[in-house]
Amino acid sequence: MSGAWLLDGVLLLAVPAIALASLLSRRVLPALAAFVAYGLLLALVWMRLGAPDVALTEAAVGGGVTGVLLIGAAARLLMPAAAAPPGWPLRLLTALLCLGVTAGLAVAVLALPEPAPTLAPQAAEQLAATQLGNPVAGVLLAFRAIDTLLEAVVLVIAVIGIWGMAPDGAWGGRPGPVQPRLADGSVALLAMLLPPVGIVFGIYLAWVGADAPGGAFQGGSILAAMWILAWLAGLVRPPRIDSLALRLLVVAGPALFMLVGLAGFVVADGFMAYPAAWTKPVILLVEAALTLSIAVALCLLVAGWPMRRARA
Amino acid sequence: MAEFLLVMAACVLLSVLCGLARVLRGPKDADRMMAVQLVGSGSIAVLLLLASAFGDAAAVDVALCLALVAAFASVAFALGLRQGAGE
Amino acid sequence: MSVMLDLFSVLAVLGGCFFFVAGTLGLLRFPDTLSRLHALTKADNLGLGLIVLGLLPRAGSVLGGLKLVLAWALVLLAGAAVSQVIARLAGREGPAP
Repeated sequence: MSGAWLLDGVLLLAVPAIALASLLSRRVLPALAAFVAYGLLLALVWMRLGAPDVALTEAAVGGGVTGVLLIGAAARLLMPAAAAPPGWPLRLLTALLCLGVTAGLAVAVLALPEPAPTLAPQAAEQLAATQLGNPVAGVLLAFRAIDTLLEAVVLVIAVIGIWGMAPDGAWGGRPGPVQPRLADGSVALLAMLLPPVGIVFGIYLAWVGADAPGGAFQGGSILAAMWILAWLAGLVRPPRIDSLALRLLVVAGPALFMLVGLAGFVVADGFMAYPAAWTKPVILLVEAALTLSIAVALCLLVAGWPMRRARA
Repeated sequence: MAEFLLVMAACVLLSVLCGLARVLRGPKDADRMMAVQLVGSGSIAVLLLLASAFGDAAAVDVALCLALVAAFASVAFALGLRQGAGE
Repeated sequence: MSVMLDLFSVLAVLGGCFFFVAGTLGLLRFPDTLSRLHALTKADNLGLGLIVLGLLPRAGSVLGGLKLVLAWALVLLAGAAVSQVIARLAGREGPAP
């Protein structure tokens, strides 16, 4: 039996088992711990499926941002055992719905003609025109740029939605609970040593995404994770949400992307078309702005909404 | 050699996954976070072995990502508990 | 020479895998939280360290080798901090509800 089969077999058995364990846990924290482990294994699965860009995102977001968000919230709430489970008719309906969706997906995938319909060959042919080496970057920023623009806008809307949860008197203050400054101790040490490495690595991931696995989202997530660590250790305070600089940072990425898209009407063929000679520099500029905005937006999503009346 | 590395990767993965039984048994929440930490280190090891077996440099980048965020879940839990208890 | 390097890699990776298994056994079988924490750190430090050592001869370039060592160094750092955090947590936590 080949080694790859062995590894894939272990993953195949483990991932559903962990998902099941997470769903069946009675208490919140074991469920969340299993969920974080599930995310880690999923990164391995993406690698085995040949999708390193997705694996990078899963690792950065699932390990850093999502884990902090969910586990921090669960710990703060000191949640006891879950509330009374819903009655059996609702559970039966849910089970039937899930089975139906799974069966539908299975039929759809298994009934695909051989070879499955795909635009990959055309994308690969046209990749040279974008001057990019990474086909995923080509799809995200050139062929389907409008999707990426909309995703970036969704992040801005999410930040606005989170801020909207603030009580009226607290609007304009600094988001999130007060993080006591851990002057010494291991977390403070970690928060002082990791961010320099993380910032370099995050910028590297965003930069290398043009030609190798990586990209704005992955790099931005790592950058966000580093700020979140420093914030948790009490080493940095988030700026007030009515700060103009903060708001500009949040919208810079999508705004620049939109501007470039509209400029396409003037200098190229249409919306989101890039001028032939400037394709790669424009794409890199947009990616840089997107990385920054994504990082700031993720930090704000984790920090939350202002909880206290704004002071100085 | 690549085959050997992949078999080793499967062994490491299987081993750390058995450690996940701690998530279910506990008894303390600290034990559960430790099991997740072990899965994290094991995943990094598996990714590095994959990178070497297939000559795929991207797997090393994923491993570095995991290494950077390895501590976050445990730290968030511990600090969250401290806040919830109102220290 | 390359046979020697291959042998070295095989032995180091085997050693690393052994420490991962040992760490898991410790996590599952040791009687209390702090001793399980001790077992966990052995898997992190020695297990991953030996695997990285074994993979270094196979790294394509100096940069590749440095990335491997960086991954191990980051896990060491995170592991050291997290061990302190978890140990303090275990001390404070009573029996689970």
